[in-house]
Amino acid sequence: MSIFTKEPVRLIVQGITGKDGFFHTQKCAEYGTNVAGGVTPGKGGEKAGDWPIYNSVREARTATKANATMIFVPPAFAADAIMEAAEAGIELIVCITEGIPIMDMMRAKRFLADKKSRLIGPNCPGIITPGEYKIGIQPGFIHTPGGPIGVVSRSGTLTYESVYALTQAGYGQTTCVGIGGDPVNGTNFIDCLEAFNADAKTTGIVMVGEIGGNNEEKAAAYIKANIKKPVIGFIAGITAPPGRRMGHAGAIVSGNSGTGQGKLTAFRENGIVVCENLGELGAIAKRTFG
Amino acid sequence: MKIHEYQGKELFAKYGVPVPKGGSAFDVESAVKVAESIGSWPVVVKAQIHAGGRGKGGGVKLAKNIDEARAHIKDILGMTLVTKQTGPKGRLVKRLLVEAGCNIERELYLGILPDRETGMHLIMASAAGGMEIEEVAEHSPEKIVKVYVDPSSGLLDFQAREVAVGLGLPAAATRQFLTMLKNLFRLYLDYDASMVEINPLVLTADNQVLALDAKIDVDSNSLYRHPDILEYRDVEEEDPHEVEAFKYDLAYIKLDGGNVGNLVNGAGLAMATMDAIKAAGAVPANFLDVGGGANAEKIANAFRILLSDSNIKGILINIFGGILRCDTLANGVVQAAKATELSVPLVVRMEGTNVEEGRRILAESGLKMTTATTLTDAAQKIAAAVK
Repeated sequence: MSIFTKEPVRLIVQGITGKDGFFHTQKCAEYGTNVAGGVTPGKGGEKAGDWPIYNSVREARTATKANATMIFVPPAFAADAIMEAAEAGIELIVCITEGIPIMDMMRAKRFLADKKSRLIGPNCPGIITPGEYKIGIQPGFIHTPGGPIGVVSRSGTLTYESVYALTQAGYGQTTCVGIGGDPVNGTNFIDCLEAFNADAKTTGIVMVGEIGGNNEEKAAAYIKANIKKPVIGFIAGITAPPGRRMGHAGAIVSGNSGTGQGKLTAFRENGIVVCENLGELGAIAKRTFG
Repeated sequence: MKIHEYQGKELFAKYGVPVPKGGSAFDVESAVKVAESIGSWPVVVKAQIHAGGRGKGGGVKLAKNIDEARAHIKDILGMTLVTKQTGPKGRLVKRLLVEAGCNIERELYLGILPDRETGMHLIMASAAGGMEIEEVAEHSPEKIVKVYVDPSSGLLDFQAREVAVGLGLPAAATRQFLTMLKNLFRLYLDYDASMVEINPLVLTADNQVLALDAKIDVDSNSLYRHPDILEYRDVEEEDPHEVEAFKYDLAYIKLDGGNVGNLVNGAGLAMATMDAIKAAGAVPANFLDVGGGANAEKIANAFRILLSDSNIKGILINIFGGILRCDTLANGVVQAAKATELSVPLVVRMEGTNVEEGRRILAESGLKMTTATTLTDAAQKIAAAVK
């Protein structure tokens, strides 16, 4: 069973009629995810492939008993889609959309504070429990079911790179979570670390961070205090110049905060095994996880 | 997206944030006219570039009369202004702001920004104005007043008062300050600012608060709903390669002193690729994320932009196909390489969705290139090629 879900996943897709939304709905279903339908306001009653479309999340949830949603709504409407899902009582909200204005996300995050929903993303590849389900845009075939490694990352393709290295080195994955590259997001490193620590099937963790903010530093301190399992850490953007936003809205070094070196130091000081070069992840995994 | 100080002050004036009397000009005669129209002396002539530290670089000068004003205007307009934020090459000054000087009693700092840790709006203020806030934060953090504003309630009166008290404002200036702060906060929200900063905000001898500077940075993700801010965009302040990349929706950043161009999908992997190039002993010339939904045409444009940088001695392509399929990438590369008559070494590393098909397309294209298996392997091969 995946972290973050107690019941088997029943997924709806907000924005199922968009080109990307429909393509990845099909891919998730092919991977084995139980897709129950989709939401596109104004197209209720129609179908997307074989899936029924509903006008609202509430309607979709009532009809399908969905407990998870995957959001492909364009950036201008995505924060609203997140809040709609939370209001309808969806437990797991995975928002793929990139480019949501930060103030929209601040409002959405505040709205979620007293709801029971968990938000993953936005601007993320999603979550996958190999062999069980995937909610997101990950290439499913690079993953290996059965564990024992948990992966958490701020980046999309960098997650794939890490997962693929683990797979090639003979390590399967329990769950891989892309928490997203935006400065304000739903689930952070610590939420995932806590869940991996509690998950009996996970015996080691790979954490992929990048420059900007101080979430890696906070996670490092949390690991030292709470995590009993070995953790390998990687930071992208060590060579990035200060003051420039490196693609991800959250990846910016301001003044002395958010630097790659600072994060690596925090990793080392807190007992995290540092992987400086991603090409060596497989070898480091063998040394660290046995 | 950054805007100029004079543009920021236009917004300030519109929102009721007091600014000195003045105006902008792009040539000497108009600037002199602005100086005359102010109707009092001294006036301040300020270079308008998207970088701080202008005063120390000689881009801000005080004039006591019209002759001095004309002399300063002639000096500053057209000068190459070097500050610690522009780098050694400096920036050519093409725009001026001319405004009334004022009688400064105290210099303060005021800034508002979204706080990523808490997801709240953060107002920062300090009685140590004129200094960079990062410096104050490092040496005397106790001098910074921080007030967090909940996005659901907005700025409340008592919070605005906390800022005023924290700055130690005299009673006579407090009411005007509170109005100014609320107006500034409204502007910050209305324009999706990722930062508004007034440094210095001054208290004049007659207890007026006045914004002597205006720094506004607007969240690029929100520009679709701010057409008036897009009008403010000054492409001459940006790198021409970056302007070109912006047209094709490519996340591209030029890096100084690099010799290896690189093209990657995904921001995190693009950063990791830069790091790997550096670790292998070469220097990355750019950051370029073509994104997940790239098509062959977009890849071709990205490739063309890379090649237009004459410092590049080699190119590394690193793709982990997820949404972006390797065959799509390969088609774009072949198309672009043929159109541009590629003359530098090319190393390609591909993995992921449709990788076999992608490799076949590259192999059959007749293009001269080296293939690599892992990120490390790719970085070492390109580093060796540009040596």
